[in-house]
Amino acid sequence: MIALVDYGAGNLTSVRKALTALGADFVVPSMPEQCRQARGVIVPGVGHFSATARLDAPWREAIDGAVASGTPLFGICVGMQWLFDGSDEAPEATGLGTIAGRIARLAGDADRRLKVPHVGWNSLDFRGQARLLRGLTSGAQVYFTHSYAAPVTTECVASTTHANTFSSVVERDNIFGVQFHPEKSGDAGLTILRNFLEVCG
Amino acid sequence: MLTKRIIACMDVRDGQVVKGVQFQQLRHAGDPAALARRYNVEGIDEVVVLDITATLESRQALARTIDAVAHEIFLPLTVGGGIRSEDDAAAAIDAGADKVSLNTAAMRQPDLITTLARRYGSQAVIVAIDAKRRDHGFAVYVRSGTTDAARDAVAWAREAEARGAGEILLTSMDRDGTKAGFDCAMTAAVSDAVDIPVIASGGAGSVDHFTDVFTRGHADAALAASIFHYAESSVSELKRHLRAKGIAVRL
Repeated sequence: MIALVDYGAGNLTSVRKALTALGADFVVPSMPEQCRQARGVIVPGVGHFSATARLDAPWREAIDGAVASGTPLFGICVGMQWLFDGSDEAPEATGLGTIAGRIARLAGDADRRLKVPHVGWNSLDFRGQARLLRGLTSGAQVYFTHSYAAPVTTECVASTTHANTFSSVVERDNIFGVQFHPEKSGDAGLTILRNFLEVCG
Repeated sequence: MLTKRIIACMDVRDGQVVKGVQFQQLRHAGDPAALARRYNVEGIDEVVVLDITATLESRQALARTIDAVAHEIFLPLTVGGGIRSEDDAAAAIDAGADKVSLNTAAMRQPDLITTLARRYGSQAVIVAIDAKRRDHGFAVYVRSGTTDAARDAVAWAREAEARGAGEILLTSMDRDGTKAGFDCAMTAAVSDAVDIPVIASGGAGSVDHFTDVFTRGHADAALAASIFHYAESSVSELKRHLRAKGIAVRL
């Protein structure tokens, strides 16, 4: 059983549909403790970083506990940003802090031809081996929609460039995150979701 | 590098895809889920479903259509047409839409843009602008192109952005269904005035029209309907052509 965490950041319908299409067995937990019993935890999210404030102490403890016991954790979009220390988008909300670094706004370019928000299909430039990216090759294209992004840290296994170069895929031990929307990225996205489900066993 | 997006639009009435010329003369073009499946195989980047009847009775049919399309494709899906309230938007999103497109309602109650952007994020809110050329500027029309809104398209796009819209869908009423090419001057005027992406619509008739709107028109995405519905040009052929012209696309 996979726990798909709903903290009110946008809508889960697309992620649910993709997981269903892949035959995944998942629940949307109503109590934090359910994360501890799950084989994997997914923290999705669209919208504003401030919504992550609803992942309060009991949720953090449950997710931290699950991760400490080896359960794979997968953050998508704002869910990936939440794995970091925090975000300039909502300085009052703190992230999980599993990955060191801070989320910052994409700068755009001087002559305003590169727009922010970064919306559309862009490529993943691979930076190392990653279980999440099995079956894909560097240059694979996925769907982004965001204005804030994560720095390139040692956990970065693929980066993307839109004026700035940012971490589009992070992976370390049982921690996984993607800035884009695998549930909206066609076959490449479904491959990534399937890879995560395989890691969960 | 961020690619230019090719978006297929399906005007839906009573669960079937239809297409008109300059907002009239409808003809049938098939089943939405079947068309979506074909577009997905051909490499479309996004799909827009516009409910062109938008009566109360058609609402439930629309929810079924959204659900059917969302089961066929794992691509961004926008729903528009007659979204007048937060509840209408919520119904579309709950059925599987990733974004909603507001047109008349955004003009009438601009607060709705902000309300929806706060609830779902700006990325989920597209403001659709139907506009015609005037001697000076571009006149916005609402109510399916029947009513002059007494606003200029550039100023209205700027306001929509300030209120929280995540993208602008700009349709040239002069070009809609004519296959005479996109209105590149109007598209560039709006695109240069805002930081959010602009989707050009109206007039697609050949692959060269797409090249033009991505270069001269400064469009971030281009939307078309009939050129794809009737398989006059497949999405994959179009994208190969664009790549050959040096325009970044997802292939």
